[in-house]
Amino acid sequence: MVTEKDVAYVAELAHLELTDEERARMLKDLNSILGYIDRLNELDTANVEPMAQVAARYGKNDAQSFAEAMRPDEPRPCLPHDEALRNAPKSDGVFFKVPKVIER
Amino acid sequence: MNIDQLTVKSARTAVLEKQITATALADAFYKKIEAEDAAINAYLTLCKDRAYAQAARIDTLADKGDPLPPLAGVPIAVKDVFTTKDVRTTAASKILENFIAPYDATVVEKLENAGAVILGKTNCDEFAMGSSNENSGFGPVHNPRDPSRVPGGSSGGSAAAVAAGTAVASIGSDTGGSIRQPAAFCGVVGLMPTYGRVSRYGLIAFASSLDHPGPFAKTVNDAAILLEVLAGRDPCDSTTADVPVPSYVEQVGRPITGLKVGVPAEYLGEGLDAEVRAAVENGIQELASAGAEIVPISLPHTAYAIPTYYVVATAEASSNLARYDGVRYGLRADGKTLAEMYRRTRDAGFGAEVKRRIMLGTYVLSAGYYDAYYLKAQRVRSLLARDFDEAFAKVDVVVTPTAPTPAFKLGEKADDPLAMYLADIFTVTADLVGIPGISIPCGNSKEGLPIGMQILGKHFDEGTVLRVAHVAEHVLAGKNG
Repeated sequence: MVTEKDVAYVAELAHLELTDEERARMLKDLNSILGYIDRLNELDTANVEPMAQVAARYGKNDAQSFAEAMRPDEPRPCLPHDEALRNAPKSDGVFFKVPKVIER
Repeated sequence: MNIDQLTVKSARTAVLEKQITATALADAFYKKIEAEDAAINAYLTLCKDRAYAQAARIDTLADKGDPLPPLAGVPIAVKDVFTTKDVRTTAASKILENFIAPYDATVVEKLENAGAVILGKTNCDEFAMGSSNENSGFGPVHNPRDPSRVPGGSSGGSAAAVAAGTAVASIGSDTGGSIRQPAAFCGVVGLMPTYGRVSRYGLIAFASSLDHPGPFAKTVNDAAILLEVLAGRDPCDSTTADVPVPSYVEQVGRPITGLKVGVPAEYLGEGLDAEVRAAVENGIQELASAGAEIVPISLPHTAYAIPTYYVVATAEASSNLARYDGVRYGLRADGKTLAEMYRRTRDAGFGAEVKRRIMLGTYVLSAGYYDAYYLKAQRVRSLLARDFDEAFAKVDVVVTPTAPTPAFKLGEKADDPLAMYLADIFTVTADLVGIPGISIPCGNSKEGLPIGMQILGKHFDEGTVLRVAHVAEHVLAGKNG
């Protein structure tokens, strides 16, 4: 059962603040959805491997799955500096600008 | 020229045979969009400069008598989750309202290299999270077959544009059914390729292990043409598979005599709309008449697919959406501290469903719940994959309804997230397992709403899926007039 405290804690982890109204709604929705998700516990999965990626299960052959795709670690052209900054809400032309992080 | 009936094939032929120039074709589509799209809201951004420049290139090729590429002059719409260089790319989110992408998605690059004219970017649920397109930050899309109803989601704009004839074909993305379900609701063809068949480079990530780019079209043959253009290994996406791309078009038109079609009992059980059941059972009967062998099968873990999906997808989404923090691009709200700026930006920029999924995903990954939810769901994901492994040892394809009902009314499920999630009950498993699937029209309800039939295949066997879909399309079109 998710509590108001859990909602506040998870919102903090997710960098969301949420209004009081949103928090009340979130409490209701998360409990309803997690209640539905709980049916996964009907299954015994003690001896089942977790599957994080489709590629890990399938491949060219039994020995080599697509999850093992490797490439040479070589430098390649990347986004030019000015283009990378073009969408920045605040920048000084060299760096992204953010509110002060370290007080001195 | 009447552009309403144009297919990828006939549009290219019209340009090739100089019945119309690519430029005049683009003009005709923009006129139609300007006249008709306000009522549908399928497009978020039109990219006319880019479209006309591309059309001019095709017209120059045609004038010189040079060979024309496979999509030469074909007007196509792209879901606004694919980046387009120098064109606004929003993922239908206020947080990216003014984002101008600095590079093209591989899918976009491949379309243009093949001669396609990209008309614009289509509406969708915010960050592709939804089943009705009502979660767009820029207003819902209306179903062209009945404007009081949803077009499905999340690729609702892409499906609606093809259904309305404001694009010849379009591109969407499918994470839990977001190509196939809107295709069913709008009465068009929607193909989700195998995971790793089409590059995700430049696709704004929702759930990286589940996101599948794919085409919408009016015909199965068009879907085959598009897949042939889109498929293949991409060095920019390490999850694309190094598997040769066959000629999908050659598969279309081949008979299905002797092919084994699996029909899972779990997909035709309780909760299925009676008219959908009748239409899909009829479709299966027609496949039998065309020479396929119908094999009853079981996919015993089907009931666990939705809960598995909402753990895996939201966990991945909570991580992928952490990047929207107001620093490098997108919306920024003011804050005295960095943390306050993050929170205010995300509070202001994300819609309700996106916040709900970020919260759920953060919760299932948080300390103390990771094993109980996330790891548990990954183990059940293996069981779902096993179900299909066992089925495909016996059959060549699996046929099911695409969605449990035809298109529902706007607002009908908007206040009940769980009811909305169940709209994907027949589509999510294929995303989790990574197999290809297509939805094709298989009749209409008494109210005239389209019904979709889903055909699922083995990994990288889109050829057989398309072959069966094409036969079904033709026998059903014959029957339905």
